[in-house]
Amino acid sequence: MRETAVATVEHLESWLENFTEFEKQAAGQKLPWLKKLREDAFARFCEVGFPTTRDEDWRFTNVSAIARTQFRPAKTTRLAPGDTTAWRVDNVAATLVFVNGRFERELSKLDGLPKGVTVASLREQIETHPEELEKHLGRYAEMKRDPFVALNTAFLGDGAYVHVARGVVLEAPVYLLYLSTKEDTPTMTHPRNLIVAEDEAAVAVIEDYASVGGESVVFSNAVTELIAGESTVAQHYLIEREHLKAFNVSTLRIEQGRSANVASHSLLLGGGLVRNNVHPVLAGEGGECLINGLFWGTGRQHLDNYMHVEHAAPHCGSRQFYNGILDGQAHGVFHGRIVVHKIAQKTDAKQTNRNLLLSDDAQIDTKPQLEIYADDVKCTHGATIGQIEENALFYLQSRGISEAEARKLLLMAFAEECVDRMQSSVAREHIERLIAEHLLLMESASRYQPAGRVVERRVEEIG
Amino acid sequence: MSLLEIKNLHVQVDGNEILKGIDLTVNAGEVHSIMGPNGSGKSTLAQVLARRDAYEVTKGSILFEGKDLLEMKPEEAACEGVFLAFQYPVEIPGIGNTYFLRSALNAQRKHRGLEEMDAMDFLPMFREKLKLLEMDDKLMNRSLNEGFSGGEKKRNEILQMAVLEPKLAILDETDSGLDIDALRIVAGGVNSLRSPERAMLVVTHYQRLLNYIVPDFVHVLVDGRIVRSGGKELALELEERGYSWTEHEPVGARS
Repeated sequence: MRETAVATVEHLESWLENFTEFEKQAAGQKLPWLKKLREDAFARFCEVGFPTTRDEDWRFTNVSAIARTQFRPAKTTRLAPGDTTAWRVDNVAATLVFVNGRFERELSKLDGLPKGVTVASLREQIETHPEELEKHLGRYAEMKRDPFVALNTAFLGDGAYVHVARGVVLEAPVYLLYLSTKEDTPTMTHPRNLIVAEDEAAVAVIEDYASVGGESVVFSNAVTELIAGESTVAQHYLIEREHLKAFNVSTLRIEQGRSANVASHSLLLGGGLVRNNVHPVLAGEGGECLINGLFWGTGRQHLDNYMHVEHAAPHCGSRQFYNGILDGQAHGVFHGRIVVHKIAQKTDAKQTNRNLLLSDDAQIDTKPQLEIYADDVKCTHGATIGQIEENALFYLQSRGISEAEARKLLLMAFAEECVDRMQSSVAREHIERLIAEHLLLMESASRYQPAGRVVERRVEEIG
Repeated sequence: MSLLEIKNLHVQVDGNEILKGIDLTVNAGEVHSIMGPNGSGKSTLAQVLARRDAYEVTKGSILFEGKDLLEMKPEEAACEGVFLAFQYPVEIPGIGNTYFLRSALNAQRKHRGLEEMDAMDFLPMFREKLKLLEMDDKLMNRSLNEGFSGGEKKRNEILQMAVLEPKLAILDETDSGLDIDALRIVAGGVNSLRSPERAMLVVTHYQRLLNYIVPDFVHVLVDGRIVRSGGKELALELEERGYSWTEHEPVGARS
């Protein structure tokens, strides 16, 4: 009881001040629905504060380092177009660059989109066509469930808005780049994205978080709502590659209609403390959802993946595949929650989490959580924790491949399992390049230790 | 100088002595067969020669072309020309067969100061070897041994050997689990690789394989020791009489 009584927000005054300042300059404060959304969210956040490890959903991830820090909204920092050329991804439909959470038109490329496709900054969309947003914005991401969602919603200001009209197929992905710069004081951003693909449309979006110009304490707290209509095909890619002082919390909330086919892919390479929430709701019959991810941590990185797959209609299928590689003293978490509602008969849900621990001090917590209220369903989950297999290593070496090279090949193969599931070749090539660079970085830090005895724990249950 | 000279080799695994003083000399061009009952130490010998580090050599020496093999890592031994065809080839998802084999060949060529082979040079040679083993090149687009049948895995071992062209090929129970057709193909592949520059060490439990790969010498390994050596007729005798007599009857050939 005492715990709830003291569950107030640390630095409440600072948060109040931040919020008051934010409200003064935020877009759309004249819109009653938006003002109310923000205020309700802020009230909710003040009421519950940041989660603690006593909260079951946060058992393995301590966010007190975020709670303790007094963050300020990042100052406007200008980058010249030349500063961001290195970040460009070719063959995308559009590029939106955000620097410290703010949309930068000069660094972005929005022209040449096909008819029926709208790509804009959320701030501009609020200012120009708020009526298009009202139907969806804040309707899916649940602030009651997660204080970080409440916080994001309170500070909902900028991000990306992507709308694809009925029957329109946008083949190339929309690329969203969020850059954080080095600042003197701890800064925060709350990117908010809304992706709406109407019935029978197709869309792919890449959300890429990176740092530029050195390390300082930054906190990115993003929320993306992705609405896929009937028979719509949607792909979402999350990439986290910030420096090790970055806190990165992101929530992807997917709402999918009848026979929609949605994929969430994530790649966590960077960030000091990272929480990746993926919450698809299969709300229409015959929907298919793929949740695929790779997390690769070293040093003292903490990479937490919280999956919450909700089957809310019959005849839907979901597939979760997450591979983790953990080196140094890195700590990985995979929490795979599957909720099958009473109505969701004939659900076919599968979850697989495979982990490689490359050092004695690396740690993984993997936890399946199945809540099944229907009686005719197929749900399976499995997790493995192992080291690089000594047998495989010896086999490669016995053909003349050096130990270091053999390890690299085996790690790449493990990572490649996830990359192979990514449908967009543009996204896949970008991600393959980032993985190859990451591997080089690991190599030069010579973090490879010879693997000891092979220990493999296998959990395979069918329920 | 002999290709391989093993002297008084003692090997432990987890504190248990498995090999208790092996002496064996193999010259280029020779095919030696190591036969013995299960648990006699045949596979241990094969693995030690391929430099698996789970095996602890407590006494003795192994020279390969006069160089100390025990100082070499597995990849160094491979680059020097030692090849082990595994009893249980490992499945490695995510690494393509062709890519793997070209990487291995190039690692060895680099070690020998040769230029790396590009795909244009590699593929025609590779296709020839595939024909030799009667292998479907579709298999080669798949991951290393993944989903291969037992016979396909063994053929893939010999294919690798054909591409890598080692000086010493060690075949560890290559016949186990093969049907007659597969055995014929595998043996045909091995025989085509016999040459005056190359030696082979054929480790087997049964005489069957030796009908196809006829050895110059047969050694009987029992309880970590070579208890008898002879010509190919020794294999036939073992087939008829089993292994137990070899331990009790006096050995003429061995001092």
